[in-house]
Amino acid sequence: MKSATAKIGLVVWLTLVISAGILFPMVAAPQKWYELPIIPGLEEKARIIFFHVPMAWTTVVAFIASTIYGIRFLMTKNLDYDLRSVSAAGLGTMFCILATVTGSIWAKFNWGSFWNWDPRETSIFVLLLIYGAYFALRSAVDVEEKRATLSAVYSIIAGVTVPFFIFVMPRIMTGLHPGSKGDPQGAGPVVQFKMAPNMLLVFLSSLLGFTLLYFWMFNLKVRASRLEFHSQQPQE
Amino acid sequence: MKDFSAPAIHIFFKDSHSELRTRYAMNALLMFVVTALALVLFSVGNEVVGTDVLSGILWVIIFFSGMSGLSRTFVSEEERGTVVTLQLLSRPTSVLLGKLLFNFVLILSLNVLIAVLYLLMVSRFVILTPSIFWVTIFLGSCSLASSSTIIAAIIAKANTKGTLYPVLSFPIMLPLLLTVMNATRLSTEGAAFSEAFGEFQILVSYTVVVITVSILLFSFVWKD
Repeated sequence: MKSATAKIGLVVWLTLVISAGILFPMVAAPQKWYELPIIPGLEEKARIIFFHVPMAWTTVVAFIASTIYGIRFLMTKNLDYDLRSVSAAGLGTMFCILATVTGSIWAKFNWGSFWNWDPRETSIFVLLLIYGAYFALRSAVDVEEKRATLSAVYSIIAGVTVPFFIFVMPRIMTGLHPGSKGDPQGAGPVVQFKMAPNMLLVFLSSLLGFTLLYFWMFNLKVRASRLEFHSQQPQE
Repeated sequence: MKDFSAPAIHIFFKDSHSELRTRYAMNALLMFVVTALALVLFSVGNEVVGTDVLSGILWVIIFFSGMSGLSRTFVSEEERGTVVTLQLLSRPTSVLLGKLLFNFVLILSLNVLIAVLYLLMVSRFVILTPSIFWVTIFLGSCSLASSSTIIAAIIAKANTKGTLYPVLSFPIMLPLLLTVMNATRLSTEGAAFSEAFGEFQILVSYTVVVITVSILLFSFVWKD
């Protein structure tokens, strides 16, 4: 009963956030609480931040979750953790593709081409490659234990090498995303939020909504894959 | 430390002996390097190509040459069925360190060979700061050996070994490849040695991190 309330609550929450993100008018001088300020050079295109950034964020959450479950699997050798790890990776791949596609379409209209090899575009591309390699590895191993161990080891190795991009990227290219090197509004790996308060509120609500949606989907996927796993086991 | 180092060196010598006896990896790698270089020379022709592109191509050749031969260390144990003997005779860490040393020597000699051939054959590729270039080759070989060894250990247990190796390695090696390409570009631009110091720091820390994680995780991969 409790979980049903939480789920209905999340649906209502996300509906409100998505409607707010799409419907709130953008005006030059915001007066009322629901009026968002116009950002010069972006105008209506600024709305992508309510959807695209939470997707990219969820991708990273899923990646970290997958690695952590991989570590727990190696520590306990309990195959249930492998189910969770692979479920998180599957959802992460989906959000990663969504973030890449939405960002790419947006880039076409704002930066002039679908792909620019900006640092953040490069890092999401690498994340996609890692997910692809992870599933390629899994499909190449038949024994369940071995498959779980090898993919956990691989995701840990990927997890420790990916942070190097933070150091590598700024030496090679300047970025187009906000917060990149060369952006007058503040350089550095962490974006400095200089959003209008109401915009920030919608953005953070969306971030929260997408994160909770991820956990809900994760829960469903783990339960489904558990059923699948046990139905394939020979009956005793 | 001595418990690990002595067996590791024995494993290194064992691998070197069996490699010198069959020359499987060496011949394959050598032919791969010659083929790749010839292809690059044919495709470049008489075009004027910038040094940026040329330093990139050098590392593309190095990456794919490494991918064609470095997985041998573990795959050959798996194919010859000698894994169990090694598992009985020595600790996982010694096996890993021995194989790492072997891969390092293999890729360092390979990279020096590629670099020398490349410098001789591609006349537009002129190194203005040799110190940066050779340190990059050395540190690049360390980093490539560190990540390629643990990935080789993983794919040796999988079904489709050959195709899987570059697929798994590329995302892991991308930060290091971008760094060595950048350092090589610096050496062709005549930058001072201190300017490439940041690149060297990244390469050294990458190697240390990957080797540490490999030592921690190797026993999971190695033991059945």
